[in-house]
Amino acid sequence: MRRNTELGLILLVIVITAGTYTLASLGTTANLPANIGPFLGIVLALLAGAHVATRHLAPGGDGVLLPIAGLLNGLGYVWIARLNGDLAALQATWTAVGIIAFVGTLALVPRARELERYRYTFMLVGVVLLLLPLVPVIGKTVNGARIWVQLGPISFQPGEFAKIILAVFFASYLVEKRELLGMAANRFGPLTLPDLRHFGPVVLAWAASLVVMTAQRDLGSSLLFFALFVIMLWVATERASYLAVSGLLFAGGAFAAWSLFDHVQQRIAIWLNPWSDVTDQGFQVVQATFALAWGGIAGTGPGLGNPDRIPLIETDFIFVAIGEELGLLGSVGVVVAYLLMVGTGLRIALRAEAPFNKLLATGLTTILGVQSFIIIGGVTRLVPLTGITLPFVSYGGSSLIANYVLLALLIRISDDNATAEERTEPAR
Amino acid sequence: MNRQIRRLGIAMLVLFGALFVQLNVIQVLRADAYNDNPNNTRAIVRDFSRPRGQIVAADGTVLARSVPAEGRFERQRQYPEGELFAGVTGYFSFIAGAEGVERTYNDVLAGRTTQTVSDIGELLLGEPRTADVTLTIPTDVQRVARDALGGTRGSVVALDPRDGAVLALWNFPSYDPGLLSSVDIEAAQAARDRLLADENSPLLPATYRETFFPGSTFKVVTAAAGLSSGRVSVAAPAYPSSSAYVPPLTRNPINNFGNSTCGGTLADILRVSCNTAFAQMGVDLGAEVLVGQAEAFGFNDVPPLDLPGVEPSPIGDVASFVQNTPVLAMTAIGQNAVRSTPLQMALVAAGVANGGQVMVPHVMAEVRDDRGEVIDRFEPQLWTRATSPAVAATVTEAMVRVVEDGTASRLSVPGVSTAGKTGTAQLGNGLSHAWIVGFAPADAPRVAVAVIVEAQPGASEQTGGRVAAPIAQAVLSAALDATSP
Repeated sequence: MRRNTELGLILLVIVITAGTYTLASLGTTANLPANIGPFLGIVLALLAGAHVATRHLAPGGDGVLLPIAGLLNGLGYVWIARLNGDLAALQATWTAVGIIAFVGTLALVPRARELERYRYTFMLVGVVLLLLPLVPVIGKTVNGARIWVQLGPISFQPGEFAKIILAVFFASYLVEKRELLGMAANRFGPLTLPDLRHFGPVVLAWAASLVVMTAQRDLGSSLLFFALFVIMLWVATERASYLAVSGLLFAGGAFAAWSLFDHVQQRIAIWLNPWSDVTDQGFQVVQATFALAWGGIAGTGPGLGNPDRIPLIETDFIFVAIGEELGLLGSVGVVVAYLLMVGTGLRIALRAEAPFNKLLATGLTTILGVQSFIIIGGVTRLVPLTGITLPFVSYGGSSLIANYVLLALLIRISDDNATAEERTEPAR
Repeated sequence: MNRQIRRLGIAMLVLFGALFVQLNVIQVLRADAYNDNPNNTRAIVRDFSRPRGQIVAADGTVLARSVPAEGRFERQRQYPEGELFAGVTGYFSFIAGAEGVERTYNDVLAGRTTQTVSDIGELLLGEPRTADVTLTIPTDVQRVARDALGGTRGSVVALDPRDGAVLALWNFPSYDPGLLSSVDIEAAQAARDRLLADENSPLLPATYRETFFPGSTFKVVTAAAGLSSGRVSVAAPAYPSSSAYVPPLTRNPINNFGNSTCGGTLADILRVSCNTAFAQMGVDLGAEVLVGQAEAFGFNDVPPLDLPGVEPSPIGDVASFVQNTPVLAMTAIGQNAVRSTPLQMALVAAGVANGGQVMVPHVMAEVRDDRGEVIDRFEPQLWTRATSPAVAATVTEAMVRVVEDGTASRLSVPGVSTAGKTGTAQLGNGLSHAWIVGFAPADAPRVAVAVIVEAQPGASEQTGGRVAAPIAQAVLSAALDATSP
């Protein structure tokens, strides 16, 4: 049943993607795209491949996540192709690799709980990946952030994978320690605080985030890691006091970063008043605002706007290109797509029985939700801009592959839920 | 854990709700404001590739036109007259936005005005109907203004006092708008950077956007104030012949140029530009009368000229002169608490010339659609009533004496009765701005003019008459030839 829903939605996604692709081509070159045939074939093959794989590998898995991811991926591809033809070919390759990673994850992880066994391996791998860009020679600095690793001809952003691997580690670690961490040891008025030494992990995660922020100058990822850990800790222990203490730590860290680092101060200043320096520091954000405003309600039409003047438009700012050319309808559509994914992810978490599955689904959904919020909020000036990719939409192999793995894990957990429910409900 | 997960869901809903609200604010509520932001070149990119109407001088000379171009933009804006009309047409630039007439009349030039649609086909398929803007300025008058001023910093403004039509609007240094409107963006940017870095600020239309001490030309306003208040007439009072006047509340005297001695009735003191007498007149009249008269001429207000960013000419408010007679005395002779744009001083002359009525100044004469039909025409409007016709006539008489027998003799147009008043606004460093205002013919004025030549050596009252008057005279003559009685 779910698989048929998925198939139907996937067909709809293909129609939408192909239609937008055609319109964008008409908009930019006034010609029908020459490669519309192969394009359709590839989109069809990729999504159908993923669909067939889920039918076999996770028949009870959720049927909405894959089509939404496909839609976002497809829209992202259309705008990357419209903005930069060279990147489009690469993005198509990354999409294929992403789908392979998706299928591979489903095949390699028949049950989510099997991941629990390797928790310390995951921790090690996660930390190594996180710190890898800091290693001399292989670490690279791009656009001011040291988040790239180059090994021979391949360069990638290990942080994109680290976030998922660390979510797995956090889930298993917290499931093991949640009783201990949740014990109320001290009372301060209405607040019950666990034993102080249990705050060790929080401080550790906080310190790691600060390292990411200061050594790699990657504000967005730093915020994402910390939020991920704190939310998972809170859900695992059911102790709001962790939220409060983490909030204080965050405020302290943010203030320290603001007073110590010029680039943080600059970000805040631009956020508060981009108009004071519209040609230089505030240029990107101001131009993004102009692009969105120019789009209005219905947009300029695909290929008919001028988003190309915004730096990093294919990656961090791709949302703005869609917002200009599809207008409020398109931008809100993308926001709703993420909201649907978050809602679906949290429903999977609610229905999961094993605490590990529950926590992992929560963590993965948190990554998706917080990351898309940070970057959409950043480019619309709701929050200070911290460069991070828009999941499934932005150009970038690491991001795309990692998010397909994340998706596979969520579908795996929902498949586990379905199997468990079948077991508990005797056949009639 | 489920309770926490549900709360997390609610928190996510709130965050995404905030995104939804923010997107509505940017894309709907504030969209128009962002689209109109001067830093936003999107509208310009669109307009750059579209047809755009011409700007033409009163005699039909094309001042700005769009021609087909190769590359990123389908069209390129050209300014065949170069720097001559830069302060009027402004520019239409991808990198710097629009300025001047290009900005004020952007909608008509780009064809975005609401027009009656003659058939449904036009509504559905029609290209935007661009329109051409015809200016009130004849090319030869503008050219005379440029040539007469030469290579000295300064401004020339000439108006038809009867309807406010601008006949010349020139400031030196100027710039070639074509440099900024180039489709070669890098070249345009380099040109703009160079112009912005130039300490003589050629991009600034000083005629209507820069204020200066008006010096003795402001005595026209002081004289009008005295006459309007009824406390000064042609015959009385006769100011004492003196070389120094010490206003109340100070010991510092106000002297005449070269410590000369002067005095007498209104016509006498205006003719020789007597500082001591006018300072005393200002103090006698009081701040309320003097400031009131200046404001009646348009000071402290933005002249409604149809160009962007017109600067008001400030004079201190009445309260600021209380217990401050020394400043009031200085202000009455055009120093200290009063500053004026060249445009505003031209409007003072025009007001006197037009029986006390200052008309709305304008550079647009008419707008024609792409079929050559006039779709808009500037209708003369009263801007401000400065004086009664009787006061204007008396001031005119006194100003004619200034030309016939006083400091402004070089303003005299042969065969035409001319009225004028010189000014030398001292800058305190041995330099002064040489001013002159005037109009002709005195009995039926068709042209009013104001000229400032900035930072000239010398500080005698003769400076204005010697330096600025010949320039104004040339412009007056040319403009009289160009206008019909």
